[in-house]
Amino acid sequence: MNDRERSISRIAAPVRTFAQKFAYIGLIVAAAALMLVGKMEPAAFERARAQVTDAIAPILDAVSRPLDYIHDAVGEGKSLLALREENARLRIAQDHLLQWQAIARKLETENKALRDLLNFVPAVGTETVSARVIGDSGGAFARTMILSAGSREGVRKGQAVITGAGLIGRVQEVGLRSSRLLLLADLNSRVPVVIESSRVRGVVAGTNGETLRLVHLPPDVVAAPGDRIVTSGHGGALPPGIPVGIVAAVGEAGIEVEPFVDPARLEVVQVLDYGLDGIIEFKAGRGNKVK
Amino acid sequence: MKPSFWHRVDRFARDLTPFALTLMLLVINAIPFHIPGFAQVAPLLPLIGIYFWAVYRPDLMPAAAVFLIGILHDFLSGLPVGVSALIFLVVLGAALAQRSFFFGKSFIIVWLGFMMVAGGALTLEWFLLSIFVGDLVHARSAIYQFGLTAAVFPFLAWLFTRWQLAFLQVD
Repeated sequence: MNDRERSISRIAAPVRTFAQKFAYIGLIVAAAALMLVGKMEPAAFERARAQVTDAIAPILDAVSRPLDYIHDAVGEGKSLLALREENARLRIAQDHLLQWQAIARKLETENKALRDLLNFVPAVGTETVSARVIGDSGGAFARTMILSAGSREGVRKGQAVITGAGLIGRVQEVGLRSSRLLLLADLNSRVPVVIESSRVRGVVAGTNGETLRLVHLPPDVVAAPGDRIVTSGHGGALPPGIPVGIVAAVGEAGIEVEPFVDPARLEVVQVLDYGLDGIIEFKAGRGNKVK
Repeated sequence: MKPSFWHRVDRFARDLTPFALTLMLLVINAIPFHIPGFAQVAPLLPLIGIYFWAVYRPDLMPAAAVFLIGILHDFLSGLPVGVSALIFLVVLGAALAQRSFFFGKSFIIVWLGFMMVAGGALTLEWFLLSIFVGDLVHARSAIYQFGLTAAVFPFLAWLFTRWQLAFLQVD
């Protein structure tokens, strides 16, 4: 190396480290700025998010299929082992259900008769789209899932996502062939509900924990453990009466609700098209403080 | 002697692999395993990739790449955009700062260093999200996530070391 080269590198090296440091700090500032933008305008990155998810959806779909298969096979094996007990349990359950069926039939006819009497306007017809769960948020602080159906299949933002057992969450973002499901447990999840027995309105909020919190109740309302919580239908986004959870504990920290559906094992879910756009509740939902 | 065109292409492709491998970890993180409770405590795999390459080949894991990985992670996981980017950049900075200390030290030391950095990163994530939401966020699953991430580190580090020996030898 001659003198000239040496003197160049002597100047260039610090300049380079300075440039690198500058880039590093610049990127940290950029990340913080993105957070601020996202906080002020929650919908800012929705499109970008949906596009990234859409791009990765085929990979996730392909990878999750064999996993689902293994999961099913293991489940099959387990259920074969437990066949005898399961059978006995189902016999008892069936007796119970037959009694309920008799009651339901009686109530149905009575209900119909009363509706005819009152000229009751029935709720809008509901259609469903079935979707596979192809992605998990995989983090300690976000509870979302990626579904294998998007706007192509008729999924729209704000729609309710359910299984037979009850509500799982609602659609947060929609891409062409994938969509993101915001689970009830997510910090940003807010669902208008009623306490089934007393018809008192409230909001079920996610806490990132195992239980949900029932908030925004009118003062002096008492909820007792065991009360069922169902969607109220307010805001027009969700059909009324979808089971959400059951009151697990009432204490200093508020009213804890245990959801009916554990999303961990879900492979296929149903997206409900209620025929109304869920814009009213959803826009205000993200990141609001709830106490 | 100037290296030939194909030689340079080959070199470029090899140099891209640490970034590509870390992107792969990102996608693996998003696969649903249907194990109850696993999604919340699943190891934060991209963190391992960033830390490992920052310590052993910092020239192949520049800040811009880390930023991009962070943003993609935010997009995929549903976190507020910028959170993971910030955390991954802090991890990169911490790894680069510790780097000279690790030189010639045993793997256990590098592993311990990773645990410290990962613990700091998850605490920072909890802190940022608590500010973002305006309420203290449940952090229990983050503690399990930390444990699993630390437990997976030796395995991935072994794989990456093999990869480095096979494809990234400086010639």
